[in-house]
Amino acid sequence: MTKALDSKKLGLFIACGIALCVLPFVVGGALGNSWVRIVDFALLYVMLALGLNIVVGFAGLLDLGFIAFYAVGAYTYALLSSPHFGIHWPFYVTIPLGALFAAFFGVLLGTPVLRLKGDYLAIVTLGFGEIVRIFMNNLNAPINITNGPQGINLIDPIHVAGVDLGTPISLFGLNLPPVYLYYYLFLALTVLVVIMASRLQHSRIGRAWVALREDQVAASAMGINIRNIKLLAFALGALSGGVAGGLFSAFQGFVSPESFSLLESIMILAMIVLGGMGNIAGVILGAVVLTIAPEILRDVIGPLQMKTMGRMLIDPENARMLLFGIAMVVMMLVRPEGMLPSKRRKAEFKDAKDAAAQKG
Amino acid sequence: MDIFIQQILNGLVLGSIYALIALGYTMVYGIMGLINFAHGEVVMFGAMVCITVVSMLTHSGVDLPGWAIVLIGTLVAIPACALLGFVIERVAYRPLRGAQRLAPLITAIGLSITLQQVAILIWGRNYIPFPDLLNSDTVSIMGASITKLQVMIVVLCVVLMAGLLVMVEKTKLGRAMRATSQNPTVAGLMGVNVNTIISATFMLGSGLGAIAGVMVATNYSQAHYYMGFMIGLKAFTAAVLGGIGNLGGAVAGGILLGIIESLGAGYIGQLTGGFLGSNYQDIFAFMVLILVLIFRPSGLLGEKMADRA
Repeated sequence: MTKALDSKKLGLFIACGIALCVLPFVVGGALGNSWVRIVDFALLYVMLALGLNIVVGFAGLLDLGFIAFYAVGAYTYALLSSPHFGIHWPFYVTIPLGALFAAFFGVLLGTPVLRLKGDYLAIVTLGFGEIVRIFMNNLNAPINITNGPQGINLIDPIHVAGVDLGTPISLFGLNLPPVYLYYYLFLALTVLVVIMASRLQHSRIGRAWVALREDQVAASAMGINIRNIKLLAFALGALSGGVAGGLFSAFQGFVSPESFSLLESIMILAMIVLGGMGNIAGVILGAVVLTIAPEILRDVIGPLQMKTMGRMLIDPENARMLLFGIAMVVMMLVRPEGMLPSKRRKAEFKDAKDAAAQKG
Repeated sequence: MDIFIQQILNGLVLGSIYALIALGYTMVYGIMGLINFAHGEVVMFGAMVCITVVSMLTHSGVDLPGWAIVLIGTLVAIPACALLGFVIERVAYRPLRGAQRLAPLITAIGLSITLQQVAILIWGRNYIPFPDLLNSDTVSIMGASITKLQVMIVVLCVVLMAGLLVMVEKTKLGRAMRATSQNPTVAGLMGVNVNTIISATFMLGSGLGAIAGVMVATNYSQAHYYMGFMIGLKAFTAAVLGGIGNLGGAVAGGILLGIIESLGAGYIGQLTGGFLGSNYQDIFAFMVLILVLIFRPSGLLGEKMADRA
């Protein structure tokens, strides 16, 4: 990893970097700013998926309530930088604070469920996610904290070094609308999360997580502190979720409980599983594909029906989700290990297959 | 005190419906060790099919009493849902048997989304009212009132659950199911056709789900393409609460959850001095679930948790 950065890899690295830097201009120029917005969301989902990947992919703890941490981050930012309470703290206070809160919630969830495994863990985390959402939905009376189902409006955009990311700016004759500015901010933070995740994966902690995933008893016998290592996974996963939440809040300017439904948790899990669990590149691919694909379907299905059938046979929104559901099933049947599985996972799948073949 | 009994009765009605759905989850889990996340959608389809048949019959002007029309609707919904359960298992679960655990979970979720969208295609996005056919007279028990329909629901649930338990304990099919759940390989060696048993389990669970769907639709007088989600989640919670894989546990968990929920909704205002209202009803299910799993991770009636994860 350290020495192998030869010239070929370096070249690829620089090419990717340049491509990512000019991406909003290419996408915005070709398809319009609404697509840059979708790319921004893809980056948010990459952060979320990488966060959940720490819990599910690395440590093997199935978490179906991950969106709760996203919500905690988003609401922390929203409450501390909006007219709702009249507090307008800067983002470099609120986003880290949101991330810390999210990590705290991660430990809060992690502590009672230390003894649970598999499906039991999944259902408890799911319940936790629902509880957080129900509270956000109802904490508008008798004291109005979250403003209930209406959500919080007019959230401050992020100001970086005196530049308001919520209004377009001109730089060297280039006009940069907010979606472009947020793109670069999100990109920077995504890169940070990617670095964090990959450093963790190859560290002592990462190996401890793998050991935990493979066999908890053996890991414990090898001197790994199961409790701490589990809580660390929950906390670090939640941390990335919290950061993404704060960014979402600022970017959107509006949060409501509706954005944090169980379906969102499931989507993020689907990103990981479809992309290739435990493999950072796979997870990124999964997050990007699952964010972009439904949007492409949205743009394609309507016109396609008009052209081939001459009328709208199926409502595009309906058709889009239908295709999405079917694609999820087909993908899992064809390639249950995901698009880009990690080497270790691939080996595990092969072992399982061989064992099944021997059995049958 | 009247409120107390009233809430207990409401909880009993709600709980017996949960129990019926929870049986579907727990049977599948007992045999295959996986969560059939699409089960809530089967319940929704049951309600929808029944409503469709019932509306068709009432519009065609057949001269039948209300209960007979609903009965015909239910009798159509049961095989329809059993077929759906059969297809679900064939398409989404059978090819993945023996695969890593998360794969069937994702196919189940994908199927769930697909089925919801199919429901939108057929029945649209709006709430569909259940025709007012059933006797809605109330009877009063110790100062609390309950409709005759609700009494019917509870009685029918008890009969169905008892029938299922007898079937699993006494019949050949039941014995084969128990054997498959203990060890599919050995069951296969003993001459049990494991595939048939798994299909039968899915169909049985889905048939019960169809009945539960009709009950929900009649009790609330409406159905909706998204109704399967929350009720499925609650029923699954009930199954875990009782100890998943255990039939008696699913029944106990369902009824307990129903009662806790309605008591909680009735009293939360008083308990918190008006701070939290009955809109927190949904929280109870999850709170109870978390507490039970912390203190008794295998559920109330579950055997000691196997290392299945």
